[in-house]
Formats: sequence, structure tokens, C-alpha cells
Amino acid sequence: MSDARAQVLGTIRKSLRRDQPSSNQQAEIESRLTDPPRGPIPARGQLASTARIELFVSMAKEAACTIAHVADRAAVPAAVAEYLARENLPAKLRVAPDAAVADLPWSTRPLLEITSGRSDGSDEVSLTPALAGIAETGTLMLTSGPERPTTLNFLPETHIVLLTADQVVGGMEEAWAKLRERYGRGVMPRTVNLITGPSRSADIEQTLQMGAHGPRRLHIILVDGQATAEP
Amino acid sequence: MQHATSHNFKNNAQRALGDAQLQRALGHVKKNFVERRAAAAARLPEFEALRDHARDIKNHVLENLDVYLERFESKVVANGGQVHWCEDAEAARQTILRICRSVNAKLVTRGKTMIGEEIDLNDFLEANGITPVETDLGEYIIQLRHEPPSHLIAPAIHLNKEQVAEAFRAAHTDLDPKRALSEAPALLAEARARLRSRFLAADVGITGANFLVAETGSSIIVTNEGNGDLTQTLPKIHIVLASLEKVVPTLEDAATILRVLARSATGQEMSVYTTISTGPRRADDLDGPEQYHVVLLDNGRSRMLGSEFRDALRCIRCGACLNHCPIYHAVGGHAYGWVYSGPIGAVLTPSLLGVEEAGHLPNASTFCGRCESVCPMRIPLPKMMRHWREQEFSRHLSPPAARWALQLWAFVAKRPPLYRLVTGIGARLLKMGGGRAGRLRSLPFAGGWTAHRDMPAPEGRTFQQLWAERGRR
Repeated sequence: MSDARAQVLGTIRKSLRRDQPSSNQQAEIESRLTDPPRGPIPARGQLASTARIELFVSMAKEAACTIAHVADRAAVPAAVAEYLARENLPAKLRVAPDAAVADLPWSTRPLLEITSGRSDGSDEVSLTPALAGIAETGTLMLTSGPERPTTLNFLPETHIVLLTADQVVGGMEEAWAKLRERYGRGVMPRTVNLITGPSRSADIEQTLQMGAHGPRRLHIILVDGQATAEP
Repeated sequence: MQHATSHNFKNNAQRALGDAQLQRALGHVKKNFVERRAAAAARLPEFEALRDHARDIKNHVLENLDVYLERFESKVVANGGQVHWCEDAEAARQTILRICRSVNAKLVTRGKTMIGEEIDLNDFLEANGITPVETDLGEYIIQLRHEPPSHLIAPAIHLNKEQVAEAFRAAHTDLDPKRALSEAPALLAEARARLRSRFLAADVGITGANFLVAETGSSIIVTNEGNGDLTQTLPKIHIVLASLEKVVPTLEDAATILRVLARSATGQEMSVYTTISTGPRRADDLDGPEQYHVVLLDNGRSRMLGSEFRDALRCIRCGACLNHCPIYHAVGGHAYGWVYSGPIGAVLTPSLLGVEEAGHLPNASTFCGRCESVCPMRIPLPKMMRHWREQEFSRHLSPPAARWALQLWAFVAKRPPLYRLVTGIGARLLKMGGGRAGRLRSLPFAGGWTAHRDMPAPEGRTFQQLWAERGRR
């Protein structure tokens, strides 16, 4: 096995007609890895606060997400209950054990049945917290951890994500900055999910159909101080 | 490796042209993909600058490929994963089998990977008593039909829904044979239900990688269905099967390429799921695989790096060159006879299988240049096809008639007085042959061309004659 490694690396070096890169090149690689240069960031990924959040909302809707705006975290249980009722879904929710969603005032909605933990495939609806929303493309960034099992993002047919307005960034690069801030440079959780809308496939006659293997519905509850019942 | 019929391209293409069902299916490529990419590119003013930057990133990586692969490996190991270097398809297959056997795996789920097709993994696993299940809808369909993919990102694009229904009825024999399967939603629902149980039961999940990130030791997959995520989250073991050139330095570099990938492929702003995986589950995680293996495949790429085909290693498998290719539109992917089709297939297949097997493919081009004009990584595909044609000629692999004709032409072209004489006579003869209509219905030695269209006849004088007259005036 280590023979194969030496063989492959040897052939690469032969093809590059050198043994090691020059010291200049090595320094360039080092600096690139420790302080990654950014490429061209689309202008739309660099908007100021209100415009940024508006762009996130419109891009997420374009990707077939639904969005509810709530005034504050205390209003989330009611928003969840309303959504479930409107979509004719059972009042049962599998919640990530993360304080951001587990510690919401669920007791204000006693008819909602709340359980927490990973999903075994039997849950119809899940609720998980996001680490960031990326306005450029209406993308959610979710990270795995003991309090945020990845199965909740994929097995239930309906996935609800909690996002706060201050988590909405412009482009992907700012989302990477948030990752590095939380986990450290070069350190990652097992899974980072960038999710842009619900699951879909166009593999049969190029006809787009929703709900291929992951959730059929992706609903975002955005805590931004603007309570609306808008879907 | 997948059994190749690339040497038989002419017959394959002939058959494809006569296949009415296939021709209808190919209509979807011509319209949908092309329009959607154009709309997505037009909507992002920075698109062309991003393409330049994406090209530069990959050029930098290829120039330092050994260093970035070593950095990637050390980060994978630091995160508790393993990297297995494999020189060829057989080494990769054996490595995967060894990992599967280490947990007595019976059932393996598969995310979509072209490398899996390249090393013909499914047949191999099956022969060794392990059941592989493709989970991308298109890949699942073609697995049931025992076919290779006919497109990089839409593997079942050659099929209509009746053929899919037929495959499902033949495979899902436990279901009511009278069930309705005439509409696409019913087919999707059946595949979803069937594959859900496979996801939950699998012992090992194998995905590909769109990127390997040296900075973090992560692999990134991009999908729309979410099948790759279920494949890599639920089983005990996650195997990433990827070729050397997938490595990029940092997350920033991945971001740049992601911005051109989905737009070039499907015209989406971003695919639904872009997932970054790093190592196995952490100690207190509630789910995720216990083991993380990266099977790193060379299979000729390290040699390609030193050849005039290096630029083709920038490819990110978006399929834009297929979608814009008049030859692909006419014959589809299977005619190319192996796993990679279209212009990138015409360049990669001879590199990976040899020009003896696949020398015909670079001839399947009109050199219209659309492939290069839409390639997000700006790979000079027409130039590379020309390189292969040169090699085919210099290795005496082109047919004798073509060689003789070229040699005859070269003999004449190197002797200007003779050239002027012959072309002058030729132009006059063709004008006479064209008659009043000015068109030729058939031509000696060019029956293949005139069988489908008339040739406009020259007007009597050659370019050189006209030029000379102009000079006198």
C-alpha cells in the first residue's frame, strides 16, 4: 500500500519534471493553506444587512423553501404549530438536542409532541438549528455534533430549520469564516451540510420532481423581528 | 474496467442515429440544459471572472499535485480517517473489498460516482457476494437495466418513463404487478420507498467526491436528491472513492468552483445538497459513520499530468460540453462506448484506455468549439482532440483510405504550381458537375457526406485565382 503511495507520488513528480517544488512555491502553498485567498465574490454576495436578508429570503424561496418570519425566539413554537396545521402534518416534532431549538418555550404549545435525538427514519418532521444562512444562493449551513445529528436533516419528509437574522451572511466565504470561528482553523465537524431547498430529481425524462430521497419540504423559520404569517 | 466498445464508435453511432426513442430522449438535452445554463450564466455578472479563477486554481493544484495530496492525506489521518493510494482499477477494487469484508458487509449503498463506473465496481462487488445498490435515481435505473450511464450528470437521460416503468416491474416483483406506473411521480415514489429500506440496512456507503480539500482533509459531494448524504451518514463505514485531481487547496477554492459547477451543469444557482465530510463521527456524535476511508485512484492520471492532455485534469464533470455538443446531441452517450462521453470523453477515454481502443472518439467532432466556449474550467477540448488525431495518424491507426488521401493531399500541397493546376481543374470540373442548380448530389470518395446533403458547387475559380485577379486590379 505504501508502495502504491510512493509509486503514485513518484509518477506525479516525474510528470512535473521536478522532485520537490521550489522553496518559493512551497512558501506560496503554505500561505495559501494558512490564509486562504478569496476568489471573486459576486456583488450580490456582498450586500448590507437588510438587502442581504431580503436576498436570502428571495433566493431560498426560488429554491422552493417556504419561510416564516417571527419576532423573537419565544414565537417559534407557535410558528411551528401553525406551519404543521397548515400543511396537515401531525403535531409531532423531532428536535435536535441543541439548546437553540431544544430550549425554546415548547410548554406554550402543549399539544405539540416534542422528542429529541437522532432520527431512525420514522419521524415525519424535524427541527434543527442553522449555523448560517448564505444570501448569495439562499443556502442554509448546518453542522453536525452531539447536539445536531445529521439524520434529522435527511430522513424526515419535512425539515424545519431555525435561522436568526444575524446568522445571514453574504457569500460562502463568510460562512467559512463562521466555521473557523466556531471550530478553529483547519478543524471541521464530521458533517457540514449546505442545503439549498428541498430534495429533488430530474432523472426521469428531465422532469423536475420534489422529494427524491431527502425532505420533500424545507421550511425556514427566520427570527428577524418581523412577525408575518406569510408562507 | 467497464468493458469498452469505443473502437466500435462508427457502428455504435449508426445504431444510435436509427433509434427513434433515443433521438426523442436526446431532444431534452439540446433544449433544457443549454437554455438553463445560458440563463444562469447571464444572471451572474461575475461568471466569466469566476471561470478564469476556477481554471487558475486547478492549474495551481496540478502544478503542485503531490504536495496537496500529501497535505490532504495528513489532515484525513489527523481527523481519524484513512487514505488508500491505488495505482489502478484493480487496486481500488481490492481495497474496497478488503474494507467491506472487514465488517462482513452484505449490502453496500452507492452515491453517484463516475470513478465507480470507471473501475466497474458493482459487477466486482456482486461477483464477491456483496450487493451494491445505486441510490441516485438515474444510476438506480441504469443499474436495474445493466447499462453504463449515458451522461455525466443525468445517467438515464437516454430513457423514457415507459422504459423506467418496465425496469421497475421487472425488479420489484414483490409489488402488485397491476400498480399504476405510467407517471413520473409514481416511479419516483416507488424508488424512494425501495431505496429508503436499503439506506437503513446498508453496512457500507460508498460516495464519490466533487472535491477533496487539502486544508481540512474533507471530501465534498454535490447532489440534488440527498441520496449521497443518506449513503454516507447511515452505514458504519463511509468510503470516498475519488481520483487524484479532485483535490483543491482550501474551502475558498471550493467556493469559487462551486459557483461555476451547478450553473454549468443544470443551470441551478447551487445544487440542493453540498456536503463537506471530515473524518468519522466524533466521540459524542449521535450518528454518522464509525470509519472514514478515502480510496484515492490514479489509473493513468499521474502520467496524463506529464502529457499534452494535462489540462483535461481540470475537468469537474459538469457535463456542459456534452450538453452543447452537436455530436452528443446526435448519438447520445452510449455510442462513445465507455463511461465518459461527449467531448471530454473523446479526450479522456484515449488517455485512460489507450488510443488503440478509443482513437475514433476524437474524430467525432465538428470542431465547432462550443464545448470549449462553455467549459467552466476552460479546457481546450478541440485542441486536445486534434492532438489525439495527430497521434492516431502518426501511430498508423487511422484507416488506410484516410492516410492515402492525406498523403496525396500533402504531396500536392507542398508543390505550389501542381497545387494551382490541380485545384484549378478540380474547381472547374465541380462547377460543371454542379450544373445549373450549382449543387452536387454525389461525389466520388465522399458518398458518406453527400448521402445526407448536397454539396454546393464551386463557382469555377479557386481562391488563389480570385486573389491574383484582385491584385492585378
